[in-house]
Amino acid sequence: MANPLPHRDAVIIGLGWTGSILAYELADAGLDVIAIERGPWRNSATDYAPNYAQDELRYRIRHELFLRPAQTTFTFRNKMSETALPIRNWGSFMPPNGVGGGGVHWNGETWRFLPSDFILRTHLTKRYGARFLPHDMTIQDWGVTYQELEPHYDRFEYLCGTSGTAGNLQGQIRDGGNPFEGPRSREYPNPAQPQPFSHTLFAKAARELGYKPFPQPSGNMSRAYENPLGVRLGPCTYCGFCEWFGCANYSKSSPQTTILPALVRKRNFQARDNCEVTRINLDPSGKRATGVTFVDQSGTEWEQPADLVVLCAYTIFNVQLLMLSNIGQRYDPESNQGVIGRNFSHQTISDVTSFFDRTKFTFNPFISSGAIGMCIDEFNGDNFDHGPHGFVGGGYMGQVQTNGRPIETTPVPPGTPAWGAQWKQAVRDNYQCATKPGTGVHGSMYSYRDVYLDLDPTYRDRFGRPLVRITMDFHDNEIRQNRFLTDKFAEIFKAMGALQTVKEYRKAPYDATKYQTTHLCGGAIMGSDPRTSALNRYLQSWDVPNLFVMGASAFPQNAGYNPTGTVAALAYWSAQAIRSQYLQNPGPLVHA
Amino acid sequence: MRSGLKSIAQLIALVTLAGCGRPVAAESPTTEAVASAQQPPQAAQEPALVDRGRYLTEAADCAACHTDPRSGKPFAGGRPIQTPFGTVVAANITPDRKTGIGTWSDKQFDDAVRHGRMPDGMLYPAMPYPYYTRMSRDDVLAIRAYLRTLTPVENAVHSNQLPFPFSIRAMMHVWDGLYFNDKPYAPDPSKSALWNRGAYLVQGAGHCGACHTPKNFLGGDKARQAFQGYTLQGWFAPNITNDEARGLGKWSVEDIASYLKTGHNRLAAASGMMGEEVALASSRMTDPDLQAIATYLKDQPGQSPPNAAPVNAMSMKAGKAIYEDLCSACHAPDGRGVPYLIPNLAESSSVASRDDTSIVRVVVHGSESVATDKEPTGPAMPAFGWQLNDDQIAAVATYIRNSWGHAASPVTAAEVSKARKP
Repeated sequence: MANPLPHRDAVIIGLGWTGSILAYELADAGLDVIAIERGPWRNSATDYAPNYAQDELRYRIRHELFLRPAQTTFTFRNKMSETALPIRNWGSFMPPNGVGGGGVHWNGETWRFLPSDFILRTHLTKRYGARFLPHDMTIQDWGVTYQELEPHYDRFEYLCGTSGTAGNLQGQIRDGGNPFEGPRSREYPNPAQPQPFSHTLFAKAARELGYKPFPQPSGNMSRAYENPLGVRLGPCTYCGFCEWFGCANYSKSSPQTTILPALVRKRNFQARDNCEVTRINLDPSGKRATGVTFVDQSGTEWEQPADLVVLCAYTIFNVQLLMLSNIGQRYDPESNQGVIGRNFSHQTISDVTSFFDRTKFTFNPFISSGAIGMCIDEFNGDNFDHGPHGFVGGGYMGQVQTNGRPIETTPVPPGTPAWGAQWKQAVRDNYQCATKPGTGVHGSMYSYRDVYLDLDPTYRDRFGRPLVRITMDFHDNEIRQNRFLTDKFAEIFKAMGALQTVKEYRKAPYDATKYQTTHLCGGAIMGSDPRTSALNRYLQSWDVPNLFVMGASAFPQNAGYNPTGTVAALAYWSAQAIRSQYLQNPGPLVHA
Repeated sequence: MRSGLKSIAQLIALVTLAGCGRPVAAESPTTEAVASAQQPPQAAQEPALVDRGRYLTEAADCAACHTDPRSGKPFAGGRPIQTPFGTVVAANITPDRKTGIGTWSDKQFDDAVRHGRMPDGMLYPAMPYPYYTRMSRDDVLAIRAYLRTLTPVENAVHSNQLPFPFSIRAMMHVWDGLYFNDKPYAPDPSKSALWNRGAYLVQGAGHCGACHTPKNFLGGDKARQAFQGYTLQGWFAPNITNDEARGLGKWSVEDIASYLKTGHNRLAAASGMMGEEVALASSRMTDPDLQAIATYLKDQPGQSPPNAAPVNAMSMKAGKAIYEDLCSACHAPDGRGVPYLIPNLAESSSVASRDDTSIVRVVVHGSESVATDKEPTGPAMPAFGWQLNDDQIAAVATYIRNSWGHAASPVTAAEVSKARKP
């Protein structure tokens, strides 16, 4: 029997971006809030001080800021017919750990999804007909619209001090911004970051090809900023150690640099770090959460009773905890029934590495920031006619090279030996005159009936709980999308003057060992129909109304953008519904 | 005999600098005119009086010593004040009748706070009665009224843990005779009401001189160098006169008020002991009172002696290289930092103060600035002691002290070495 703790109004599971936002909003509404975080407390100045944070080996290679596989991991397989095996070294995505979560080590790309992304099935069916979509594609509308989320995107961007150039200000298309974006109510809080040399040349070439390049919206500060909570950020120094690293220059928006300093001053907020929630507890009816059970570092089990439970962990761990707590019907791909685990997705990423004349180009790739970059959006979402191409979806593409760090930044032309004197000479020759955007093509991944999450039948974690099992592969639609986008991307580098462009198409099978962003989505999706979604449009569980589930696990499918802006906008949207509707009248906010 | 006398002097000096010394005042109608609210004495449980008392208790920073952060019991005492002569432990000032001050009369309380006299002997000036003596009797009794509303905590404190001969409280008679000016604040009619209010707070409850005024060899204030800076507990409490090069000359009244209220302004950030002062005391004071303090400080002349001394060119060259490599990312290549976030070194008088204790300490050990409701960020400077050797830290500190128009004595490797020790 777990040791009982004093009752709280609300318990937050996981203190990353969404946990911090919800904790702040609920504490601000006067609730007694406790957040329980699996990893350690992290503090900008003391946990990644600027005089040692720039350590590629420690943070990039050895994954200092991420979950330890010994804490927990997951199993993976491509096809339902295969046996999944546990992952012992993070590869295709990086499960975060600790206070701040992924917000500590992200790059800061702060995008909004397209208005059509939120009504995807309706939109595509209307434009191309239902038969245009693959029969096993399970994309859905979100149940919430861009217009409804706009104020919440805006709120997050002003919290973060996002640097960018508006492309659509209240319906008016503006030069220099993204002309495809949905209307935004006001300018970005900060101007776009100045761009390094290769990024500037890429934009020039794109413009000459008829595209409309724009600076990537960035959580790296273009100037000093004070946010609406009174928390301050300093200007980015373009050190090139952003993704995988914490920023102690106070220049990257993160929970630590935007919200936690204000949150920890609230007397009705408390946090427990290094404590892992093992179960959401339900009353005998199974329709009401009574709190959570967690285990501290000494192995002692505690029970935290609460009226309201907000699940704010990483995508796959949100889904795992719902399954382990027997909340909602588990998804069964054979019968296409059930909701928990369905519509799981990732991102379709590829890259083009280009080599230039070293007597003419010196790019200094180490001058960079995490969300630096010049992008085009002509091939994202449904911004172009898919009719002739036979696939749906798309992505932004751009010269978004974030660093020239020594261990990883060794682009050499094909045919170069993999080691030895010739390799060294090639690295020397090309370091300054090659471009390697990393995730240059940022394509969508739509959802399919056989891409899902469930519990592994064999492998268990340190508490004896089944690991979450990922079944995922690329489908033909995404492979064709990626080929089309990657070719378009390479054309721009050719126009920029590259002597050689090397395309690295994304291919099936999905490779769990190669990094492809940390943007796992779905598994506990939002929607309008409880038969095909776990959450209603306010991220409230259909089955347990005093449980709300934040994060990208709510995305019915992934769009061609980085997800954090949308994750945070949904969190503010949900928080507003809790504050303005749920607290007055606790119960289902939508009656299905 | 000689050495005994010297030890006594050291003890007194040390105890004074270790704590929070403050002057005491006798009442006069004019003193009352600048004291907080000018109300007549009221019943102890009168809410307005208790409120005023709480405000003054915070302004006087009583909690800094009388609340032990480890116990979390407000004003129950027990916070040890370490000195090389031994330890003085702050008393329990809750209304507990056995171990606190529950049985004290108002007169006994006033005698202690303003005159350094306890029912059973003399106080050491670690309790800053030499400053509190400038307060009005009414203000002190308001504090008393507030303390009476606290939950009594039974916590026996053995205050005097000093070894012989420092443990002889009677020695304080001699010290008081030399340095204790037992008089209340006397307003200066040639100055504004705001100025006088500021002077009353600075000299009395605020006891700013306890840290910021140089002391003589017996630990008494050097009155003619008031507020020109003093070194204690591993920090240099900087010059807070209006001196252009060494003091607050570049700060406006608003800069000073913002610093005291929020811990931050466009130029500087409070950390260390001053960070604690801001958190516990000045951040809770009213804007008019902080304006008053700033007005008074801006009127303090304070010509400190020049610091200039020959600086080694090689050291400057090395210091510049280290600065550009390690410091400029935050403090900016031009030394101007980021307003309210990263201190401005170029316009900082304290980095070029005559004493380099603070700059060396901050580079070696790092320092976290105070977070307040108005400025919750609380940014921190990382420690560089593990990364740079003594010569390198000396060079970069010397460079900062002699750049952007600053001229100050060079920092030596020996000083850095000393600062490394706890």
